[in-house]
Amino acid sequence: MGVITDNLDIWSEALVGTLVLFFAGGALALVLGIVVGAMRVSPVPIARGVGTFYVSAIRNTPLTLVFFAFVFALPPLLGLRLTGDVSLTLGICALGIYTATYVAEAIRSGVNTVPVGQAEAARALGLTFGQVMSLIVLPQAFRSVIPPMVSVFIALLKNTTVAAGFSIVNLGSVRNYLSERGENAFIVILWIMVAFVALVLLLSWLQRTLENRWRIAR
Amino acid sequence: MSSVLYDVPGPKAIVRNRVLGVLTILVVLAVVGFFVWRLADTGQFTAQKWSAFTYTNVWIDILKATGATLAAFAAAAVGALALGFLLAIGRLSDHRWVRWPFTAVIEVFRAIPVLVFMFLLYYGFPVIGIRMEPYWAVVIALVCYNGSVLAEVIRAGVESLPRGQAEAGYAIGLRKAGVMRLVLLPQAVRAMMPVIIAQLVVTLKDTALGFVITYPELLFYAKYIGAQPSVGSPIVPATIIVGVIYIALCLILSFVANLVEKRLRRSPRVTQVAAAAQAPQQGGTDTELIVAQRGGSGL
Repeated sequence: MGVITDNLDIWSEALVGTLVLFFAGGALALVLGIVVGAMRVSPVPIARGVGTFYVSAIRNTPLTLVFFAFVFALPPLLGLRLTGDVSLTLGICALGIYTATYVAEAIRSGVNTVPVGQAEAARALGLTFGQVMSLIVLPQAFRSVIPPMVSVFIALLKNTTVAAGFSIVNLGSVRNYLSERGENAFIVILWIMVAFVALVLLLSWLQRTLENRWRIAR
Repeated sequence: MSSVLYDVPGPKAIVRNRVLGVLTILVVLAVVGFFVWRLADTGQFTAQKWSAFTYTNVWIDILKATGATLAAFAAAAVGALALGFLLAIGRLSDHRWVRWPFTAVIEVFRAIPVLVFMFLLYYGFPVIGIRMEPYWAVVIALVCYNGSVLAEVIRAGVESLPRGQAEAGYAIGLRKAGVMRLVLLPQAVRAMMPVIIAQLVVTLKDTALGFVITYPELLFYAKYIGAQPSVGSPIVPATIIVGVIYIALCLILSFVANLVEKRLRRSPRVTQVAAAAQAPQQGGTDTELIVAQRGGSGL
């Protein structure tokens, strides 16, 4: 326990770093993912093609490589100086752009679970496009999107640790700072693991709760 | 061709779709143009920046780094498959005292970020007297994580089979081991083949995490060559080259996966079982990964 109580400053800074990466990266991923997901189910072939290209390119790229490109290759291109804030922003962008592909896939598969007959029946009743969307398709798609979406965010939480390799402060980089203070690296890493197991269990609990609340009754 | 979202377009919608298509092209061109302009402006297209990649030795080193990536992947894939079967069989046990610890191990391994596990093996274990090469830290961490994910996939596959399969096995006098080995596992593996191979692609991608713990794989080499002032610090060209290699490796693996899947589909013995197992999962191979992860994340 001493490892934590003696170094509360570093642990709290690291936890804040992880949460900032998680929430900011998640928000970016959600916005970008919804746009790309909409492109992938749109009736415009070019938009579908661009969406498919983006998703399959990024999904076949390791997250470490995305981070590498953003943190090492982008600053010289844009003429940025690599300070703490800049690398945090770049890290958030890397996480967001990587996770957006998984968000887009979750949305696409969620929309595809709605039977075509549902929308056709709604159109036959004379509902407009907006009504078909807001009353029939999206409520059903939303329910089947929630569980995979939370899985995507669990993966995002675990992926924030990759930022530790690019000198962005988060739970993964605690070991680095504490070994400078002469703490036992083994114990420190075990505590990091405990923290992640706890956070992941929290998200799984959220997933179960949300799923039970919005269970599909078909 | 009416879809869930859109009716067959009329004249107005066709015009609107064309406008949207042109807009998409413009946005993509703007983004690509911006990057090309930045690349050109910062002199990334000059011969000096690419001069490092005219040396045979550099390419031999890149090949070696690719070999290191593939070596870690091969060992991790074999190990993860073996561990996956072991954990799945333990988790499917009839005895609570066997099932319980296996479930706990699977859940814990799945919740720990792979990189933190590598830290434990590489930086933490020397404290208690166990030293290992970065290679083994990468392989063991990947085996533990992907093995437990595969265990959940295999378990989901076994549980998706009709109950009659196991019952028929028992009825002809097979023991538990025989039912599992001869009846359940072969069908489960075939039904779950797309998900298993998708997980192997994840394993290949995650070998890149070795970069953080100084395993000399592709990214590590890109950082090294990109920091050589004698050849103009070509970090951007190095990133481009390494990125292309990684994407190509993953695409080749995905391509082989699709080939295997198609071949399995064509075999008449499998079609009914595979169809039955696939029925509850809508969507293509991409989404099956998410479905499988969801099935195992403590639900």
